Amino acid sequence: MPLLQVSDLEVTIAARSGEAVKPVRNGSFSVTAGETLALVGESGCGKSITCFAVAGLLPKRANISAGSVMLDGRELAVLDRKAMRLVRRRDIAFVFQDATNGLNPVKPIGWQIAEAVRLREGASWKASHARALDLLRRVGMPEPKRRMREFPHQLSGGMNQRAMIALAIAGSPKLLIADEATTALDVTIQAQIMALIADLQREIGMAVLLVTHDLGLVAEYADHVAVMYAGRVVERADVESLFATPRHPYARGLLDALPRVDRVSRELAIIEGQVPPINAMPAGCAFAPRCARALPRCRAEAPVMLGGSDHAFSCFNSLPEREAA
Amino acid sequence: MRPTYLLWKTLRAILTMWLVVTFVFFVLRLTGDPVAQLLPDDVDQNTIDFYRHLWGLDQPILVQYWRYMVALTQGDFGISFRDNQDALQLVLSRLPKTALLGFVSLVFALVFGIPLGVIAALKKDTAVDRFVVGFAVFGFSLPNFFLGILLILAFSLHLRILPSSGSDSWQHLIMPAFTLGTAFGAQIARYTRSAMIDVLNKPYMRTAESKGAGDLLRLYRHALPNAAIPLITIIGLKMGELIGSAVITENVFAWPGIGRLLTFSVAARDLAVVQCILMIIALTMVVSNLVVDILYGWLDPRIRADGTPEAAR
Repeated sequence: MPLLQVSDLEVTIAARSGEAVKPVRNGSFSVTAGETLALVGESGCGKSITCFAVAGLLPKRANISAGSVMLDGRELAVLDRKAMRLVRRRDIAFVFQDATNGLNPVKPIGWQIAEAVRLREGASWKASHARALDLLRRVGMPEPKRRMREFPHQLSGGMNQRAMIALAIAGSPKLLIADEATTALDVTIQAQIMALIADLQREIGMAVLLVTHDLGLVAEYADHVAVMYAGRVVERADVESLFATPRHPYARGLLDALPRVDRVSRELAIIEGQVPPINAMPAGCAFAPRCARALPRCRAEAPVMLGGSDHAFSCFNSLPEREAA
Repeated sequence: MRPTYLLWKTLRAILTMWLVVTFVFFVLRLTGDPVAQLLPDDVDQNTIDFYRHLWGLDQPILVQYWRYMVALTQGDFGISFRDNQDALQLVLSRLPKTALLGFVSLVFALVFGIPLGVIAALKKDTAVDRFVVGFAVFGFSLPNFFLGILLILAFSLHLRILPSSGSDSWQHLIMPAFTLGTAFGAQIARYTRSAMIDVLNKPYMRTAESKGAGDLLRLYRHALPNAAIPLITIIGLKMGELIGSAVITENVFAWPGIGRLLTFSVAARDLAVVQCILMIIALTMVVSNLVVDILYGWLDPRIRADGTPEAAR
């Protein structure tokens, strides 16, 4: 049984004009303990909002309007703010994109981690600080004792991200959501941070929800992938089958847009057109206007998920399972 | 706080004070002859010359200025032309009244201005927010003398529960402090609101939420310490305005502080007293700016002790 099971998640944002928009519609995926699910897609496809919905961090005007978020057999979609706060203290941790701005500029690093420890365990400040120092050592922070007293502006982006991860694992969470956690970092630091997350994952046995638009990271660190387009999960598979035989034309387009060493001096493929605006979604498949394989049916009717539980996709005219190269 | 930094700040403060003294000295002497103002119209020329000579006004202006500056360095602020009292003593005897009024107004302004601003920011775009913003605009647009007169009409003339003038009891303090504090508090509410709205949207606030910190913890551990930084700056800069408004308020309520003394002394061209008061007002602003600088370094770790922002990485 998966640790996190998200089914038909729908998020509604009440706009000030009164018109509501749904940035996430029918998002379904699951993550098993100890495994990594990558949530991929273009900017604005609803990856982050999906994660906020799972962690109960949606902005005030937004809410989960349909679907279910099951964590370890418990339904989170119906919990109120207070109950979700307790879930975040113990079970779900978040690592954000920009750690330097994600840490409080006027509080010492050690204090910020100790606060997370205290919220989780109710320990004294002294004990929490001692534990914070352990955590900083655990995430490989150089000179951890000195860093305890330092402020985010005195640390590099990579060190801040380590501090952010220390803060996140303070509660030994069951689920770690890494929302573009390495996007702002240099490639070498990025690799270190990803290796650290993978390490901690093995140690704590937590599930990781890796949000990224970097398919290189996905290939290296994820076990499963969910491809999102315009607020919907359009294809779900384990990493090998997705990279080998993508079934949805959008997933295929994403892969073709990757530079590859085995195909020298070929121009990178691009996906023509743009994601439809959130308040003007087409009636049928949201990808149909950009899709070379679109059928008349695609424009009239929204496809549902097809295929087995190992490799599912929502497309009426999917790519064949074994493609003739 | 490095000693060189403090020394540099002090030197700048002294330079500022010197500029104020010099400016006031020359401007006051350009606006007319104090002897003509003080003496009756029908005195003879001998009497006028006698007083001119007595007060040193028959000397060239630069000589007057030199004498005045030399006297200042010896702590001599001159004497009041009106009653021959030592100018500094006269001003200092009135200073506690103004300090009391200013302090009570400031406390009042902070006590209602900051919470109102915080509430408005937390309830942004709701009726509560609009009410606070509307009240703030009303509060600081209303001139002090007008609000003061309205209060006197209501509480002294009609209800007869508060005295309209004087400073004999704590009841005398209520209306002047309310008048002065309302305008200041309204501005503080507005600045608090915008500082808080800015802070509440910062990524670290979401991090605090992701830890599972409750609303109150996030407010006083994460939001307020950050919002305090711009707020302290504004409050420090506005202290000068508070003293300026005190002049008007003191006159409306006949509060015997230095503001009221200032208006009298200007009307009488009592040069030494006017200069002394303006120096004290300037000193208040210089000192409050210095305090802000020190607080700033203490509140914001990004500002190094020498006052220069550390380069962003």
